[in-house]
This record gives sequence, C-alpha cells and structure tokens, in this order.
Amino acid sequence: MNYRIALAALIVALAGCGPAAQTNKGVYLLLDTSGTYSAEIKKAEQIVLYILSRLEPADSLAVARIDTGSFSEKDIVAKATFDDRPSAANRQKRQFAQRMQSVVAQSKASSYTDITGGLLQAIEFLNEKGAGRKEILIFSDLKEDLAKGYVREVPLDLKGFDVIALNVTKLRSDNFDPREYLARVEAWRQKVESGGGRWRMINDLERLDGLL
Amino acid sequence: MDHILSITPWPAVSALIWFVALAVVLYLARRTAHRAIHVATDAIARGLRLAAHSVAHAELRLAARNRDVLLAGGREAKERIVEREFVRVAETTRKDLTNYPALHRALSESILHIEEDHQKSVEVPPEPPAWVRAVEAVAKIDAKNGAADVLADIHKSMVRAHGEAMQAYRKASGERHGFLRQMMPEWRGIQETLGRVNKVIESLLARSVTIDRHMQEYEDIVRGQDRAVSILQSSSVVQFFVSMFVMLVAIGGAAINFSLIARPMAEMVGGTHFIGGFRTADIAALVIIMVEISMGLFLMESLRITRLFPVIGALPDKMRVRMIWITFSILVLLASVEAGLAYMREVLLQDELATGALLRGEGGGELQSQYLWITTAAQMGMGFVLPFALVFVAIPLETFVHSLRTVLGLSGVALLRAFALVLRVLGSGFRQLGMLAERLYDLPIFLPLWIESRHLAPAGPAADEHELRESPL
Repeated sequence: MNYRIALAALIVALAGCGPAAQTNKGVYLLLDTSGTYSAEIKKAEQIVLYILSRLEPADSLAVARIDTGSFSEKDIVAKATFDDRPSAANRQKRQFAQRMQSVVAQSKASSYTDITGGLLQAIEFLNEKGAGRKEILIFSDLKEDLAKGYVREVPLDLKGFDVIALNVTKLRSDNFDPREYLARVEAWRQKVESGGGRWRMINDLERLDGLL
Repeated sequence: MDHILSITPWPAVSALIWFVALAVVLYLARRTAHRAIHVATDAIARGLRLAAHSVAHAELRLAARNRDVLLAGGREAKERIVEREFVRVAETTRKDLTNYPALHRALSESILHIEEDHQKSVEVPPEPPAWVRAVEAVAKIDAKNGAADVLADIHKSMVRAHGEAMQAYRKASGERHGFLRQMMPEWRGIQETLGRVNKVIESLLARSVTIDRHMQEYEDIVRGQDRAVSILQSSSVVQFFVSMFVMLVAIGGAAINFSLIARPMAEMVGGTHFIGGFRTADIAALVIIMVEISMGLFLMESLRITRLFPVIGALPDKMRVRMIWITFSILVLLASVEAGLAYMREVLLQDELATGALLRGEGGGELQSQYLWITTAAQMGMGFVLPFALVFVAIPLETFVHSLRTVLGLSGVALLRAFALVLRVLGSGFRQLGMLAERLYDLPIFLPLWIESRHLAPAGPAADEHELRESPL
C-alpha cells in the first residue's frame, strides 16, 4: 500500500515538472506592406521593440508581412522562441531587434492586402507553439484587398486568441465618409468575435502599456 | 386563530374559556411538567458539569506534564551548567596548579637565596684591638723611661690601624648592602608568584561559589519546589520570545540570501520550469538555503554547542571531528557557490539593463558605472558570509524548540482552564434556566396555585421535592 502512495506522489511530482506550457506568451505581429500603408512600416520597429521588452524567457514572437497572399510561412520575416535562460533570451532579443531593422529597411510595398490569410497563418503558428496566451497584432489600416483567385471565406477559429489592431489609419475615402472606416473596423471586430476571439484596437502608439 | 376564538359568539369569552381550560390543563400537568423540565435541564447541567470536570482533569494532567517537562529541562540545563563549571575548574586547576611543584621549587630557591644573602649581610662586630691592654700597661710606665716615644709610635700605628679597619669595615658594609640589594628581585619574584597563586585560588573560590549556587538551584529542581518551577516557567517564556525574535531576524537574512541567488538560479535550472506552481529556480535557491541551514545545524551539533540530535552528540570524538570538517567544507563550498551566483546576478542585471536600454532605443546600453564593482563585491561578500551567519540559527532554534513545549503547554493549560470555566458557567446557567422555565410555567396558573397555598397544606413528596429544589438557591 505504501509503495502505491509513494508511486502516486512521484507521478504527481513528475507531472508538476516540465516547461510552463500554459504560462508563456505567443505573439504574432502582422505588418501591412500594401501600398496604402507602407509609409507606416517604420512605426512597426518601435512596436516590435516594445513587445521584445515585455516578453519573458520561453515566450514566442513572430513578425510576418501582409501581402498579396499572406497564408504562407514565407511571409514570416522574423521569429524566435526565447530560451528559458534569461541571458540567452536577452541575446535573442538583441538579435531580433537587429533583424527587424533590416526588415524595415528592405520592406517593399505589395499590390494586394491579404489580412485574413495572415490571420490564418498566425493561428496556425501560435497553435503549434502551444502558447498559454496567444496574441495576434495587426499593424494595418484593415482594408483587405484580395487578388483575383484568392478565397478567404474561411471561418476563423480564434478561441483563446486576443486580436489587437494597431495604428488603424484612416484612408482618404474614410475622410469623405467616416462610416466606411467605422464599418471596416466593426466588420473585423465581428469577424474576430464570431470566431471566439477577443478584439481590441490601439491607435495611439505612444500608449502601448496595455498591449501585452 | 379566528377559528379558536369562534367557539362562542364573543371572542373575549372564547379567549377566557380557552385560558381557563389551558390553566386547568397546566395545573393538572404541573408536577409532570416540572419534573420534565427539571430532568431535562438537570441532565444538560450534569453533562456540562461532567465535561467541565473532565476538562479540569485534563488541565491538571497537562499542568503536571508541563511541570515534569519543565523540571526535566531545567535539570538538564543545570547539569550542563554545573558540568561546564566543573570543566572550567578542572581547566584552571590543570593550567595553573599543575605548575605548582615548579612554583614551589621557585619559591624555595628564592627563599634559599634570600637566606644566603641574609647570612652574608650579617654585620660582623669589629674585633677589639689586642694591644689595648698593652697600651694601658705602657701608659702606666713613667714617661721619662722613653714611654712617650713608644706611645707616639703606638699612636701612629693605632691611627694607621684605625684607618685600615675603617676602610675594611666600609668595604664589608658595602658588600653587605650589595647582598641586601640582591635580595630585592627575589622578594619581588616571591610576591609575584604568591600573587599568581592568590589569583588562581580566588578564581577557584569564585567558581566554587557559583557551583554552590547552581547546585542549590539544581537541588530545588530535583526536589520539584514550586519556586524552581515558577523560575523555570518565566525563564522559558522569556527564552521563547527572545529566540523567536532572533529567528525572525534570521528569516530576514535568509530572505535576502534567497533574493541574491534566486535570479541567477534561473540560468542553471531554467526560468520557466515549475514544480507545483512554484518556479524551479526559486525552489532550487530555497533548497540551497535549507541545505546551508541543515549543515549549520549539523556543524553546531558536532561542536556540541546545540543538542537537537543526540545521535550526533553521542558519536565518538574522531567521527565527530570528521563531521565537523565535512559539514564545514560543504558550507564553504555552498558559500562559494552563493558568491558566484551573486556575481552572476549582477552580470545578468547589467545584461538586462543593457538589453532594455537597447529596446527602448537608448543607445547600445554599454554605459557602466565605474563604481559598479562596489555593489558587485558587496553582493559577493554577502553571498559568502550569509551562509555562515545562518549557521548560528541553530542556537535560537534549539532554544525555540525547547521553550515552545513549555509555552504550548502553558497555553494549553490556560485554554483548558477557560474551557472548563465556560462549561461550568453553562451548566449552572442551564440549572437556572430550568428553574426559570418552571416559574414561567407557573405564571399562567398563579390563581389555582394561590388557592392551593391558601387552603391546602403543603405536604407530600412533591412539595418536599419542590422545597428541596428551591433550598440551594
């Protein structure tokens, strides 16, 4: 009887060991590189640096472009899962920051804007990472413009995801008719919430305190 | 309610009829009702009284046990003190009085030297000149017979002899004074030696007085005198609070120690692993501190400063010395590890600051204070010293454990006493409640009772019982 109790205690103890799969964060940043938004891309570096400063060891971060067809691993321009040793994680963060500098410098404008494809890729990436808290940041004006032949009428499974739209700029046409802007934002909110996700929007990049 | 009051067309009359009926029923059932109330409340009161008695008995047993524990602890402590005093006396005797033969020899030699010098310094009376009588005879001769010349020669010789004698006398006196001077260091030596002996004897006398006092207290404890128990109790309570205070200080030290090593521990065991909801790095740091405290306990036990583990104290001396060296070596090793971790902590902190500065866009983060080495050295020093400081936790811990028994016992006695009192009060309260219930029962039937008391003689067992119940009040 005693050895059974000891065995059970050992199993419980061993079950307690292991990586903190449920407490780490996974962040996926989508950068809109379309013609209407490419001028804003430099601000993305600031956001990435802020995110890096908030991430802990064992967290994951990926930065991907939104271009004509975004549902592709090729659009991920930088990614890292930080080591659980703090010094190694710091080194990775510095390397990531340098990588982002070159990404921003070499960024090219795309013809179309496939935000949904990027979201699908983000869901897949973060689910693979098994992060406890999953956040998708969309740095875009939220104006989706799909090329001919791209089908994106796919239901998004966003249960457990936080989707945060950053720096949602107003288009020239929005100034004429603000309803277009409001309708666009509302449509994305409904899309995310119908998929089970939580929707937020932060336009003031000086106040990113509540981001992560 | 309306139904009850509708037995007659007049509710008041109905109510009166009901009241009379109820009074009759209550009067008829009075004896039985009183007995029921009495039995019920008395049973509860008896139960409570029994419980109070039982609790009081438990309190007495606990108090006796406390007394035994206190006396046993006091006896053991006194034995240790007396034993230590005897060890000190033995040490003093061994250190100082083992040299007594040499001391005695030195004293004898000094006295011998003094005697010799004294002998040498004795003044020898000058010899009476042998020719004095010849001079007297010559003096009687007539001067004409040439005695004057003889006398003149004799006078000259005498003056010369006197001068020589005086010179010899002075020389002898000088030598004697020299011998006397030589005696001075010997005297001083004797004085110092006797002073040392006196000091040792006084120390022994003082120790014997202390031992006498401790033995008197020991005898009081052995005899189990109340005064001794009272002294031990108050002493135990004071020791409890003092040791608790020191333990709190030690816990503060352990917390600082923890903060020094928890962060760099993440570099060794990873910063994101958890065991039962706690970070593995934190647990590892805590384990290191606990191991240090354990080693400190073993070291103190091996040194026989504390006696928490009788097994260690009873080990052969050779084994005990080995244990001392082993535990001390492990402590040094752990202290060195802590110093290294404290250094690592500073390095990590600087790395994080540099990374943070870079991410905030504040340059390369290479800026470093020239006085940084001071904090680094201080952290390393604390990391090395704190494990050794924690070793001494064993002493207040032992006192705390021993005094805790007494304090818990005293608290238990006080608690049981209070509980017994509450039970007694409740028991008495239930008795009073029963009597009150009987009085309240009699209230609606006061009229038949009054009539009964006026016209019927209060006789019979029921009345007697009633009287008996009222009499204690």
